[in-house]
Amino acid sequence: MKFFSAFFTFVLAFAFLLTQGCTKKNDTILIGNYGSMTGAEATFGLSTKDGITLAIEEINVAGGINGKKVDMKVYDNGGKPEEARLSVEKLINVDNVVAILGEVASTRSLAAAPVAQQYKVPMISPSSTNPEVTKKGDYIFRVCFIDPFQGMVMAKFAFNSLNLKKAAVLRDSKSDYSMGLADYFTKTFTELGGTIVADEKYQSADVDFKAQLTSLKTKAPDFIFIPGYYTEVGLIARQARDLGLTVPLLGGDGWDSPKLFEIGGDALTNSYISNHFAAEDPRPEVQKFVTSFKARFGVEPDGLASAGYDAANILFEAMKKAKSLEGSELRTALAQTKDFKGATGVISLDENRDAVKSAVILKIESGKFKYVETVNP
Amino acid sequence: MEEFIQHTINGLSLGSIYALVALGYTMVFGVLQLINFAHGDIFMVGSFFGLYAMRFFAPHFQPGPVLAILVMGCAMTASAVLGVLIEHLGYKPMRRAPRINILITAIGISLFLEYGGQLVFGASPQFFPPFFEKTQFHIFDSVTIDSNQISIFLIACLLMTALQFLVFKTQFGRSMRALSHSLDTANLIGINVNQVIRITFMLGSTLAGAAGVLYALAYPKVEPLMGVLPGLKAFVAAVLGGIGNITGAVIGALILGLSETYVAGYISSTYRDALAFIILIIVLLVRPSGLLGKKRIEKV
Repeated sequence: MKFFSAFFTFVLAFAFLLTQGCTKKNDTILIGNYGSMTGAEATFGLSTKDGITLAIEEINVAGGINGKKVDMKVYDNGGKPEEARLSVEKLINVDNVVAILGEVASTRSLAAAPVAQQYKVPMISPSSTNPEVTKKGDYIFRVCFIDPFQGMVMAKFAFNSLNLKKAAVLRDSKSDYSMGLADYFTKTFTELGGTIVADEKYQSADVDFKAQLTSLKTKAPDFIFIPGYYTEVGLIARQARDLGLTVPLLGGDGWDSPKLFEIGGDALTNSYISNHFAAEDPRPEVQKFVTSFKARFGVEPDGLASAGYDAANILFEAMKKAKSLEGSELRTALAQTKDFKGATGVISLDENRDAVKSAVILKIESGKFKYVETVNP
Repeated sequence: MEEFIQHTINGLSLGSIYALVALGYTMVFGVLQLINFAHGDIFMVGSFFGLYAMRFFAPHFQPGPVLAILVMGCAMTASAVLGVLIEHLGYKPMRRAPRINILITAIGISLFLEYGGQLVFGASPQFFPPFFEKTQFHIFDSVTIDSNQISIFLIACLLMTALQFLVFKTQFGRSMRALSHSLDTANLIGINVNQVIRITFMLGSTLAGAAGVLYALAYPKVEPLMGVLPGLKAFVAAVLGGIGNITGAVIGALILGLSETYVAGYISSTYRDALAFIILIIVLLVRPSGLLGKKRIEKV
């Protein structure tokens, strides 16, 4: 009898421990984030992570998702596509995350998306604008506009608002983002009646652009369109001004980083970019986000932080609506996202799982981005 | 025509930067027959030392000659110390080992500095503020050249002359040359072999440090992997000019810089890096010892 009661107690205790373990795991929802926290595009990953962190903290303070707290696992890929792929493998198979947020750079989203698709784990890219990204499968989403729109916005802005007719393009041949954006810009700009007088290439991690810029200069363009990332753009701007090229420089959301001003300095004056977000936008969602971001991190958020914040919030909305946190249920809920009022605009996802939303145009003046206008799709 | 002149100026300034790195490469090779793969990484560490010196001194000095000398001095001294350390810990224990072992050690040290650098300095590129206000000069209407480009070119020529003098006109240079012929014989005739090698490394690393700072002045972005490509290009330049030959290194570097710029300017930048190696292969096919290299006759 004594033996039986001891055995019974043991079984009970074991069962208790088991359920304890389970409930503890069920208390939190783990989401994954992968990005470039180091390397040439480090501020992209860090800003995005900060934006997501803020969204997670806010939702946890507000009581979590259906009573469960949200937690995040982050991997750094150092800006390498193969590392991005590995990070997603790890997030899914080791950490068992229910959904993944990332990447910023299209090249790395493209490398990692097939993995998420294979395991049927929803992946939301906050700010990869290359159209191919969401074509990797029906579990891949994005909450930003795509490059055909971004290229069109800049082409129209240059042609109509700035009244510049002769464009030179300087693109990064190693980046899917840059190649795509340059093509879409060229297409719209020539359709409008403008001419592309020169189209030159460089490779990410180059430091000397003088040869290409010298060739551009002989074609006397009215402006140069540089759809690159901030590290190279800063150096390009400097070298362009050294060579006596004083025309405006135009670019896309890849310029958005505080490092841009550090590297480019005064050479960037008289430049314009298209972006997801302007901190000066008076909409209440934007101002609320800017205030809480500043209070939490002490700096003004950039476009990538706000895109990360929106991506996380859209995911939380879908989690609240979904029947369960199974990949397929979550996917269905995400696909139904409509009129979400985020910091980067009002977001609806279309049948390609791309966001339909407005872009803002920013001007660089004395080392800061100044809001110029909002362009609706 | 103006475009061609501008390309030539750009090419010469790019070439003189390669030359600064190639000089140290070729000197170490000339004496030790060792391809010091870590050279490009000492160059990187040199520019980081320059950056830290810059941050330390910048609040107290205006950009100008004083600040330039302080920053260069710190970077060169620190690189020299690093070079001696590498030689003492990495190469000296391998002195009598087969050449392939030393080569692998060199690659190991190079990787150690690259990835150790990512740990210590961080992997993100950092901005290198100018320590010298540069002036732009306009030749004709649209051709520009700035004081940095001119001074880097002059410094490269100056260092080349100084090294040439050191190697061919001084007692120490004679020891270096003796050592390059035969380590054992040099030892037998009373040359302090270890000391000569140590000083050679020190000089080579000092040059790399100086090159690192000047490079950062021209391209103000420093990061732990910045030495890889210039190191490789400088190696190509040194082989092109005849490795071990000081004038050859500078000529090789200028040829490389010019041809890269012409290719990027007139054809496409995609072929720029490929070109460096195509030139190398062609030159080595025609003149296996490089443009100015001496033929070494192996005596049995």
